[in-house]
Parts: sequence; structure tokens; C-alpha cells
Amino acid sequence: MSAERHMLTIDQVKAGDVVPAFTVDVSATTVVLGALASRDWRPMHHDKDFAVQRNGVKDIFLNTPAQAAWFERYITDWTGPAGRLGRMKFRMKDSVFAGDRMVFRGVVEKVETDATGCSWVDVALSLKVGEKLVTSCAARVAIPANASDNPWKRRGENWKP
Amino acid sequence: MSELPSEVQSWIGQVRYEEETEFDVERGYIFTTCSSVQNGNPLFWDDQVAQELTGGPIAPPTMLSVWFRPHHWAPGRTKPLQPLQVHFDLKEKLDLPEAIMTDNEIVFAEPVRPGDRLRTRQILRSVSDPKTTKLGKGRFWVIEVEYLNQRDELVGRESYTGFGYRRSEA
Repeated sequence: MSAERHMLTIDQVKAGDVVPAFTVDVSATTVVLGALASRDWRPMHHDKDFAVQRNGVKDIFLNTPAQAAWFERYITDWTGPAGRLGRMKFRMKDSVFAGDRMVFRGVVEKVETDATGCSWVDVALSLKVGEKLVTSCAARVAIPANASDNPWKRRGENWKP
Repeated sequence: MSELPSEVQSWIGQVRYEEETEFDVERGYIFTTCSSVQNGNPLFWDDQVAQELTGGPIAPPTMLSVWFRPHHWAPGRTKPLQPLQVHFDLKEKLDLPEAIMTDNEIVFAEPVRPGDRLRTRQILRSVSDPKTTKLGKGRFWVIEVEYLNQRDELVGRESYTGFGYRRSEA
């Protein structure tokens, strides 16, 4: 049997709520793991000489799909496994380099139930290194209306992210 | 550079590069991806949780583009394939040697499951008039990518905003 699972339901969330911050120390291994897991073979994500000499940056840096995977992990750590991502929009302003400490933060912007009965939370997320905003992300995630609801069961016309 | 070439104009709204993945969606990559970001979501690690919530194992939604990234090398391939070919076509046709992605929006539909064989198609949605930014002079473009499974169900839709440019003279 699985252990009892954490499940965030819509009655537990309101606009203005803060998602607990999450910090990751990024090493060269973090960058390479993310690049290879996402099948991104470009050298600026594993070859420091290339990154420095060709891209003119200080080190290898996280690729976009790895950043997306970190954001997903951050969101579902908060919602629990019943949370179902509907939409994510990124704006990348800078890079996360090996040696950086990245900090994820999030604030609930809106809570609503759509016409199909699906409960949605819109969250404004940020990834910062120090005081520098590296990536902003707007995420829309469906969470259960109550303990017996399951957004993953929604299909077709009942899933409108 | 002010006039958009007619060939590029003709690409707008047209489906290009309809492709299948080079391999079926498989669980090893799902574990590797979760491991790479220390994602302990039991949905991806615990078969019972996956069965209860999603009717069986699924891939993390944000892995959508992962399945379409070509092998670095394959027999008979003389040069690496590019994962978002329309982007590279635009760079070449518009003679813009540099490019960056500025925005990326992903909408998730049906879950992707191990064993799925996915298809993708790229659609150029727009190309801007020439713009000058701190990077140089170029154009913004929006490329939409649709992802479908073997049952023709939409599993996701992704939109990329790119800026192709020529570096400003120092």
C-alpha cells in the first residue's frame, strides 16, 4: 500500500497565498543531468570551454527543459500528485550557471472553478539567483475540489486548461 | 530586410515538419528526468499511485519536448537534426545568424504514457516587422508545435517566441 499522500484541495488555497520557497545549489552535475535527461546535446550545457569561449558566459548553464522540470517539481511538491499542470508560460531573462544558488518562489494569483467544475489555481512563479530574476513562469494547475475529486480523470471537453 | 520574403510569408499558418518520435515513450527516461531534478512525485515512482490517479504510469507533463529531440547520431545521418527546424529555416531564409528564445508557453492535454508513439507538427504563426533590440536588429517570430499520440489525441501544444538577429556593430 502507498503511504497517505499529501493532497492540496481548492478550499485550502486563496489568492495571495505564498508557495514555500525552494532552494537548489546548482553544480556542473545538475546542469549536465538536466541536459542529458532532456536529450539536449548542445555543448553549452556540458562543455565549460565551449560556454566560455563561444558563448562568452562564465560557465555551463541550465537548459530550458531542465528549468521546466524544476518548476514542475516545485509546483507538484506543493500540490501533491493529484495536482495536474494545465499550462506553463516562461520568460527567460538570464541563465542559471553551475555554481549558482537558485531560489524558486510562488504566489497564488487566482483561484477559480471553470464551467466544467474543474478547480484551477493560477500561480506566479519566479526563479532567482541572488536578487536577479532569471526566469518568470505563470502556471495554471488543476487541483481537486475535494478529497474525492481527481483532475487527472478529466478528458476532452472536461479538460480546458 | 524590411520586406518579408514571399517564401517565408507562405509558411505562415502552414503545417511543416510533421514528424514521429525516434523511439516510443519509455520509462527509463521518465525516471532519469525525475532523478535529474530530484522529483519524488509518487505518480512517477509508485505504480499503485499511478494506477489510482491516472490509470497507470505517465510521463511528467513538462517532458513533452524531450520525446522529439533527435539522437545526437544515428546510422546514415550525415549531420545532426535540429529539434525545431522552422526556427532554423527562418534564421537561414532571413539571413539572421543569431537567435534566442524569449518566451515558451506549453498547454498540456492528454497524459503521455510509456509505449506512446508521438507525432509533432510545426506551424509558423507570425513573423514581426524588423525590430532593433540591445542584441541587434532582427525579427521576432512565433512557432507553434502540436503534439499528438498514436490515437490522434492532442497531448500538448507549445508556443515558442524567438528573436532572430544580426549583432549590432560594436
